[in-house]
Formats: sequence, C-alpha cells, structure tokens
Amino acid sequence: MTVIAWIVEGTWPACVDAARRAAPDDSEIVLLHVTDPEVPEAAHAAYAGLLGRAHPRERRPAGRWGSDPGTELEHLAADSAGELLAAAAERLGRPCRRSERVGRVEREVVAAAADAELLVLARDGDRARVGPHSLGPAGRFVVDHAPCPVLLVWPHAAPRTGALPPPPPDPAD
Amino acid sequence: MVVLACAVVRPWGLPEAVVAVPAAGVVIGTGAITLEHARAEAERLGPVIGFLAAVLVLAQLCDDEGVFRACGAWMARSAAGRPRRLLAQVFVTASAITAVLSLDATIVLLTPVVFATAARLGARPKPHVYACTHLSNSASLLLPVSNLTNLLAFAASGLSFTRFAALMALPWLAAIGAEYVVFRRFFATDLDAGAQAPPPGEPPAVPVFALVTVGCTLAGFVLTSALGVDPAWAAGAGAAVLAGRALIRRRTGPKALVRAAAVPFLGFVLALGIVVRAVVDNGLGAALGRLVPDGTGLPALLAVAALAAVLANLINNLPAVLVLLPLTAPTGPGAVLAVLLGVNIGPNLTYAGSLATLLWRRVVHAHDAQVKLGEFTRLGLLAVPAALVLSVLALWASLTAIGG
Repeated sequence: MTVIAWIVEGTWPACVDAARRAAPDDSEIVLLHVTDPEVPEAAHAAYAGLLGRAHPRERRPAGRWGSDPGTELEHLAADSAGELLAAAAERLGRPCRRSERVGRVEREVVAAAADAELLVLARDGDRARVGPHSLGPAGRFVVDHAPCPVLLVWPHAAPRTGALPPPPPDPAD
Repeated sequence: MVVLACAVVRPWGLPEAVVAVPAAGVVIGTGAITLEHARAEAERLGPVIGFLAAVLVLAQLCDDEGVFRACGAWMARSAAGRPRRLLAQVFVTASAITAVLSLDATIVLLTPVVFATAARLGARPKPHVYACTHLSNSASLLLPVSNLTNLLAFAASGLSFTRFAALMALPWLAAIGAEYVVFRRFFATDLDAGAQAPPPGEPPAVPVFALVTVGCTLAGFVLTSALGVDPAWAAGAGAAVLAGRALIRRRTGPKALVRAAAVPFLGFVLALGIVVRAVVDNGLGAALGRLVPDGTGLPALLAVAALAAVLANLINNLPAVLVLLPLTAPTGPGAVLAVLLGVNIGPNLTYAGSLATLLWRRVVHAHDAQVKLGEFTRLGLLAVPAALVLSVLALWASLTAIGG
C-alpha cells in the first residue's frame, strides 16, 4: 500500500503527522512536493521586460547586471523543495520516499496519486473558520479529482468557533 | 520601425545594443534623422546616461557591501513566522530600493533575496516574489533615479529633483497602497498558510558605510537641485565613494566597476533615443499627436496616463516614453508626469513588460513546456487599473496643491 503525503509550505507538519498515524507499518509513505514554475517564470519575465539589459554572454554570476534572476530562482526553488522534504522526512521518523515534481501544482498532485491507496493533504484555505472557504482552489481541485481515498486534515487544531450554520428554513413553516 | 521591433523582441538572443547602435548609424546615414537632431538627442541623453551609469554602479556596490543580504536577514528576523508581516516588509523594502537604487536593483538583486528569505521561513514564496516584480514597476515613481523612464522624463520636464519628488510622493504612496490592498486580498490563502520562525543564527553585519553613503547621496540630490547643479553629480559622488572604498579594500577591480556600469546598456539607450527620434520625426509624432489630449485637468491626466499604459504594454515602456515625451512636454510637467504613471504602472499588466516581448517569448519557447502566468495576469488586471486611477488622482491633487 502506498500513502502519499502532499507537503506544502506552512501546512506540512500536520500532513506528516496524519500520514504517520494513518499508514500501516508495511506501507510505503511518499512525501510529495510540487514546485510551481510560475514563480521563477515571473522573475524571468520581469527581467525580459527590462529592455536593453541582457548580456552577450548568457552565463553571468548571479546577482550581477545581465544575469537573469529567474534562473537563480529556479535553483533556489529546487534547493528549498529538497530542504522542505528533508525536514518532513525527519519529522516522519520512518523510512519513506521523497518525490519532487515541477508543474501546475493541483494537477501534478492528482497525477502523482494515480497508483496510491491514500492521499493525505492539509486544508489550504481560511483556517480560522470551518466551512467551504477552508479549502483553497488547489485543495478543492485535488479533493474533487483525486483518484484515491483522501484524508483531509486541519493544519492546526480545528477551529472551535465554527458552529454549524443555521439550517435552511423549513418550507413547511 | 524594424529596428524598434528588433530591439523589443531581441532575435537571436543578441544584446540589444548590437542591433540598436548600427541602426542608429543607419538612420543618420540614410538621412532619416538630420545630424542636428541626432546631436541634439545625444546632448539631451548624455547627462541622463551618466546619471544612469552612476546609479547602476551604486546599486551593484551596495550589493557587494551586503545591503541586500542584510535586508533579507532583517525581513526574516522581524517577520518572525508571520507571512503577512513578511509581505509588509517586502513592500517597504522593495519600494525603498526601487525608489533609491532603481527598478533594476529590485528585479536583479532583491528578488532572489526575497525568495530565499521566504523559503528560509517556510512561507509560500509566490506573494512575496510577485510583490517584488509588481513594485519594481509601480514603486518606481518617486525619484528621477528610480526608473530610466523617469530619468528621460526628468530631463524633458524641466522640473528640479526635489520638485519632481514632491509632486510624485503622493502618487507613489497611492500606487503602493493600492497594490498592497490588492495583494492582501488576492493572496489571502497563501498568507494564511503560516511559516516558521527563522532558524537562529548570527545576523550578518549591517553595512553601515554603504547605507550612510546612500543616505548622503539622497541628501546630495536635494542639495544639488537647490544649488541648480545636475543631481547626476551627487549620484556620481556616491558611487565614487563606495567604489574608492571597495578598490582600497581590494573587493573590486576596475574591470568589475566598468561591468557594473553596464556599458552596452548605456549604448543601447543612446541608440534607441536616436532611432525613436527618427521614427517620431518621420510621421509617428503627427499620428500620435492627435491622440494625446491637451490640458492638465483630471480627465486629460487620466487619458494621458491610460494612453501611456496602453502604449507601454504594446511596445515597451522605454520606447513608449521616448515617443510620448516630445508630444506631452509642451503641455507642461503635469502631462509628462501622467505619462510616467502610465508607463511605470502599466507594464504589470503583461508580465514581460510588453505584448511584443511576450509574443516573442512564446515563439522562442514554443518547444518548451509552456508556463502559463494566468495568476500573474489576473493579479495585474486587478492591481494595474486600481493603482493607475488612484495615482492619477493623487497626482492631480499634488499638482493642484503644489502647482505644476
């Protein structure tokens, strides 16, 4: 059995803890991180918009005029994904596989879950109140399209303030 | 027109100067621009280019001295695991650095630092990196040195350095405020996700000398403009002080200093100025002249800013400002500053600064996996109109209060 824990900045510890609790001892846990290429691309684009600054020699040391900050961001993003998964693996405290993907985040997660038996993810929306807004757009997409059972956890303790909304008025009244 | 197209789309990955400098020779050689006009353009652009070189050297030396690293450390320490705090600090830092050390410094030198800071805190990097890209444009309104477009307009407007800054202070704050509100709402989910406190460690030394030099340079701008001296000298003096110190301490060499001045870029600016002058002389000026409204009332300012924003998105803000300046300068400084609001805030709409660059990147990267910047474009559609309208209102208020 394969259990995938979707590791996202900020909310990952709850996911790791839930995966540890939910996965049987003989199962394989995969820590999955997806990097959004839009962020380095925005830096590439901002640099491309600077007219006249490109340098004849493509490779210049980072942090110099004529070096594309997007390229540096790609390296930094890869490094930080690796560090995040390392921290998650340490918190998990049992053997696991690490998987780093790059692409449209919600689609990559669904694709990665194709052969899994369980996908663990944390709510990525408004964490102050229970309700539909506690799922962000990416989380919503993954929950709706996941090909396997999904374990949806709160990143911290579930908010206590969230009483159920009043029921809709009974048409008979 | 072909030259302008080549400069904007950058075929064959050559630096733009390689195309633009011979092109300037061609337009002079073929008589598309008279030698007199070319010389006048060169004389007008000369001090601007000197000013630009000084600011580029100053920013590079500040980076060498560790100013940007120190900014990153400060943001990480005082954000203390709260992404909203971090966003506010990115806004303050990026706005200040763009205003004082130009938008190039924010894009090339600050953006990687901000990404690394967000990553170190385990915060989602997107809001903070996008804030840098947006503010490199919309926070570049305050001082003539903030953006090359400002330097060009500053030379054409006849305003003094302090008057320029006084008139643009309110629009600058209005644009940043509008961006901040849009960012807080747009990225509410990402900012809610939380972050960790930074791992403890020795904070890097604060580069006091570099910061004091930059502060003195700013004071120098005020002083030189009060004395009627070209403020480029103040920027040059600031760069010279930092360069002298770096040379004495053998942290940099003469070659590195020349590289920091980005000579091909300076050549490109001069050549582009001459080419655009030729294009304007040969009919574009007359054609656009009918579109540029007269007057400095609020509707006229809004129309000028909107026209400038559209033109900046179609070609690029640099040629756009060169085309619009001769048409608006006779109307007065109010119209020139409205052009600046348009060409500086507008580029956030199409992420690569202009439609032309965007299309060309599409062609070049057709075989790569396409990265769609859908979210970035949606953000621009919200932020640009809000920032533009508010800053034009602020400019109108400043013009009414201080007088053009």
